[in-house]
Amino acid sequence: MGTALDIKIKRANKVYRCGEVLSGVVVITSKDTVQHQGISLTMEGSVNLQLSAKSVGVFEAFYNSVKPIQIINSTIEMVKPGKLPSGKTEIPFEFPLHMKGNKVLYETYHGVFVNIQYTLRCDMRRSLLAKDLTKTCEFIVHSLSQKGKLMPSPVDFTITPETLQNVKERASLPKFLIRGHLSSTNCIITQPLTGELVVENAEAAVKSIELQLVRVETCGCAEGYARDATEIQNIQIADGDVCRGLPIPIYMVFPRLFTCPTLETTNFKVEFEVNIVVLLHDDHLITENFPLKLCRM
Amino acid sequence: MYTFPLLFLLRHARSRNYVSESEVCKLESVPLDFGDYHPLKPITVTESKTKKMNRKGSTSSTSSSSSSSVMDPLSSVLDGTDPLSLFAAAADPVTTTATMDSTRKKRDKDDSSAVGSDFEPWSSKRGEILSRYTTTEKLSINLYMGSEKGKATTTGSAVSEKVRTRLEELDDLEEGSQKELLNLTQQDYMNRIEELNQSLKDAWSSDQKVKALKIVIQCSKLLSDTTVIQFYPSKFVLITDILDTFGKLVYERILSMCVDSRVSLPDNFSPESVNDTAKETCLNWFFKIASIRELIPRFYVEAAILKCNKFLSKTGISECLPRLTSMIRGIGDPLVAVYARAYLCRVGMEVAPQLKESLNKNFFDFLLTFKQIHGDTVQNQLVVQCVEIPLYLTLYSPAIDWILQCIAYHAPEDYINCAEVWVEYTCRHFTNREINTVLADVIKHMTPDRAFEDAYPQVNNLFCQICKNLMCIFLDEEKFLPFLDMFQKESVRVEVCKCIMESFIKHQQESTKDPVILNALLHICKTMHDSVNALTLEDEKRMLAALINGFIKMVSFGRDFEQQLSFYVEARSMFCNLEPVLVQLIHSVNQLAMETRKVMKGNHSRKTAAFVRACVAFCFITIPSLSSIFTRLNLYLHSGQVALANQCLSQADAFFKAAVSLVPEVPKMISVDGKMRPSDAFLLEFLCNFFSTLLVVPDHPEQGVLFLVRGLLNVIQDYTWEDNSDDKVRIYTNVLHLLSAMTQEAYIYHVDKVDSNDTLYGGDSKFLTEINKLCETVIAQILDHLKTLGKEEVCSYSRLCSDYNTLLRCMLKLPT
Repeated sequence: MGTALDIKIKRANKVYRCGEVLSGVVVITSKDTVQHQGISLTMEGSVNLQLSAKSVGVFEAFYNSVKPIQIINSTIEMVKPGKLPSGKTEIPFEFPLHMKGNKVLYETYHGVFVNIQYTLRCDMRRSLLAKDLTKTCEFIVHSLSQKGKLMPSPVDFTITPETLQNVKERASLPKFLIRGHLSSTNCIITQPLTGELVVENAEAAVKSIELQLVRVETCGCAEGYARDATEIQNIQIADGDVCRGLPIPIYMVFPRLFTCPTLETTNFKVEFEVNIVVLLHDDHLITENFPLKLCRM
Repeated sequence: MYTFPLLFLLRHARSRNYVSESEVCKLESVPLDFGDYHPLKPITVTESKTKKMNRKGSTSSTSSSSSSSVMDPLSSVLDGTDPLSLFAAAADPVTTTATMDSTRKKRDKDDSSAVGSDFEPWSSKRGEILSRYTTTEKLSINLYMGSEKGKATTTGSAVSEKVRTRLEELDDLEEGSQKELLNLTQQDYMNRIEELNQSLKDAWSSDQKVKALKIVIQCSKLLSDTTVIQFYPSKFVLITDILDTFGKLVYERILSMCVDSRVSLPDNFSPESVNDTAKETCLNWFFKIASIRELIPRFYVEAAILKCNKFLSKTGISECLPRLTSMIRGIGDPLVAVYARAYLCRVGMEVAPQLKESLNKNFFDFLLTFKQIHGDTVQNQLVVQCVEIPLYLTLYSPAIDWILQCIAYHAPEDYINCAEVWVEYTCRHFTNREINTVLADVIKHMTPDRAFEDAYPQVNNLFCQICKNLMCIFLDEEKFLPFLDMFQKESVRVEVCKCIMESFIKHQQESTKDPVILNALLHICKTMHDSVNALTLEDEKRMLAALINGFIKMVSFGRDFEQQLSFYVEARSMFCNLEPVLVQLIHSVNQLAMETRKVMKGNHSRKTAAFVRACVAFCFITIPSLSSIFTRLNLYLHSGQVALANQCLSQADAFFKAAVSLVPEVPKMISVDGKMRPSDAFLLEFLCNFFSTLLVVPDHPEQGVLFLVRGLLNVIQDYTWEDNSDDKVRIYTNVLHLLSAMTQEAYIYHVDKVDSNDTLYGGDSKFLTEINKLCETVIAQILDHLKTLGKEEVCSYSRLCSDYNTLLRCMLKLPT
């Protein structure tokens, strides 16, 4: 079926860091010779911000002002207009990954209201008779390691009916005592979140204990901002009425792409939190929130 | 002349297996290249259309969190667009086998390389469990297939028509819908599970990897359901079959990606030889599984692909096992948890049987949670299901059985360590029968290959544990001697004997005459005694002797004195190389004579008189065999006193004569506790003691007056004393004490029923004259000595004088 265009990035995981050289090949496969008006390769990186529906009403004034922020954009001409032979043609390329001016290469992040994405696009322009061919391929940028920034910050916590906020009828709550700790709320993104939790006692049977990983995305500028917290994933660490007094491990792997080192810029912020959610059999839901600070080492 | 044939041999063609070689070469025919199979690739392909739609939701992969699979990195890598999937489908042997059974056989064969054939495989357990844990109640399967729309393309021709329709039913599950199969009989249930197993393989072979994963997740979820609890063990068997299939599929697929330059990886490859693409795919699986929402499926699916850690790092499995082990703590239902542990032990044994710690941890964690069985949650569940506790507990046994089998595998050392602890528990709380069982088991485990040789300390300790708790009962057991036979190395054997004797001495409250115990202990003591040789250390000898003495002291035949004596005679013949034992025997025999006297209240009958004479004779012939001179002296004196007390006058005389004639042999220096010391103090002490006894010893009618005293004085006179010491004078002053006491009308003390010289002579003047003569001689000796003293010895001179004055006053009855 005519001509196919493909980009193959050299690294299997497609992960590159600022200062490295992104290399690979563009592969063109065709049964016949291919006439073209030039083949170019474009590297693009941008931050896309979007306001949530509930925010839009309030901040209509700057709705339109939320434009994609370009981080990187450069094009190279790979092949001048001409002909390619039939069969498979591989054209190697190398693209140095550098900051442009003072624009930082933020880490790739796929969120709900904030998206940071890097792509390679290959364009083959053709004559009027044949359609232009385009192939896009995402690659991943990891920020440079933030040396010396990580201080372990363990947290001990105790949850009882008395420690809860936002309770309507405290008297109707069953008695319970849950203790535990997080090894650190300053986390290395490649390492799991760890800790322990002990149900010392609970009048009502435990139904489930979960770790809810939450992203908090803030989009805004001088006029105001929109801040939204949404769930990334929910990991159950206890199922059913667990043994009292026995420490249960807290363990959660940070998903790739959906998390990035905690990011704070003038236009937007990406932060993370974890909720420890205890569900009792009478459908009481107890949540304890811990802000996290993620970084890459 | 040998060169030619050798060359000929070398030039011979290498033998080749063309079939297998072509198999290897074929793999190359599908081009593998970097970048093609990366999960992120399809995202970019579809991004322009789906970007907005995707900006919501969570990555969690179960249905309930309504994830969008389009954005998912794993689903993209597995959607079949990559060439590897095609390749894997062709190369994967599992997908080509039509039935589960053949798969299982193949798997078992593979396992044998990790654990030996002496490990009873899971496959031999599964049939037993399936036939034992059955139900007539109706079962249900609740499947929730999530938003996977794709259909399996073609099912293999081997699949029956019926199965195919069922598969289609399965495929018909609508996106996000739930399918509940109710009212299934046990057979229906098993068929359904087998269908799921088949559809897993079909999904896999048709490159629907995400669907395959979803099937596995849904199946593992069934394991959190404990309705119809008596069927749970069987359900576990059926569903873990599926998990095993899945684990195998994933592992082999990643392995097939590692084929570089026509060579596949060796069995024990290192992670460095795995290419990036395979690693990346493997990592994707782990990331995907780590995001499974529910605990039980996340646990089971990760455990199922535990082996895949080998692709990523050397330490991966050893890090994963403890984590998965503690993860099970989050499972609230104790039955569900114990089966999860059994499964982890199962995959752990397959992949890394050397990692014992996690196996143990699983067992201990199970023990920690055992109390939950009596908690409200479990009890309420049992009431609802009308299941009694005894039946409920039997549901645990296949899992615990399996865990313990894994722990016990290839572990004689571990075995004996456990047995060591276990035996104490058995001793405390059970009867002989159970101890016998434990012992028999220890013998059974430790005898093959002489395993006991590596575990002497433990076996030894185990033995001591038994001894400590149940000495007497234990010695009755028929297992005793076989057990003792295990200690074939003499040093170890002696250690064990020592241990037995120590505990016997420590714990035996009453003396014993039980022939079985005596026989056994004599045997043990004989072993200890016979270990003594020229090289044995003094300390060791002392210790052995102390143990044997302790035993001798505990033997009592009550009033059967003759039996007692014959026991001592036997003991003397057995333990003749250990002097302290002989000393003890002499004391024991003396004590026996005194006991006899006590029983007869001092009036011996002919029979008892003969018996005590026998005792005296025993001592008399035993004492000369001792080497320590002071021991001999003291024993002569002591035995003489006993003979005297038992009215054996001539025997007493014989002892005293022997003592007198031994005195000249006392050396100047003797060894005390390994140090050489002057002997004079000891001699002085002995002689004073002797003098006190001589006061009450009646003169022999056929010998002269004070025959023994004279004899002793002669010996003292002839003894070569230190030149500048006053020992001799001091002894003479003591003799004066004795002589003055002898001149009294009635002596200061007597031996009951023995007439001393005061009665014999009745203050006869001839007797007194004899004593006076003796006194004069002694005083003359003393004065001679005083004359020789120099001025510098004034101090001792005056002290001697004061001694002497006191004496004289005493003798001559002068007023002070």
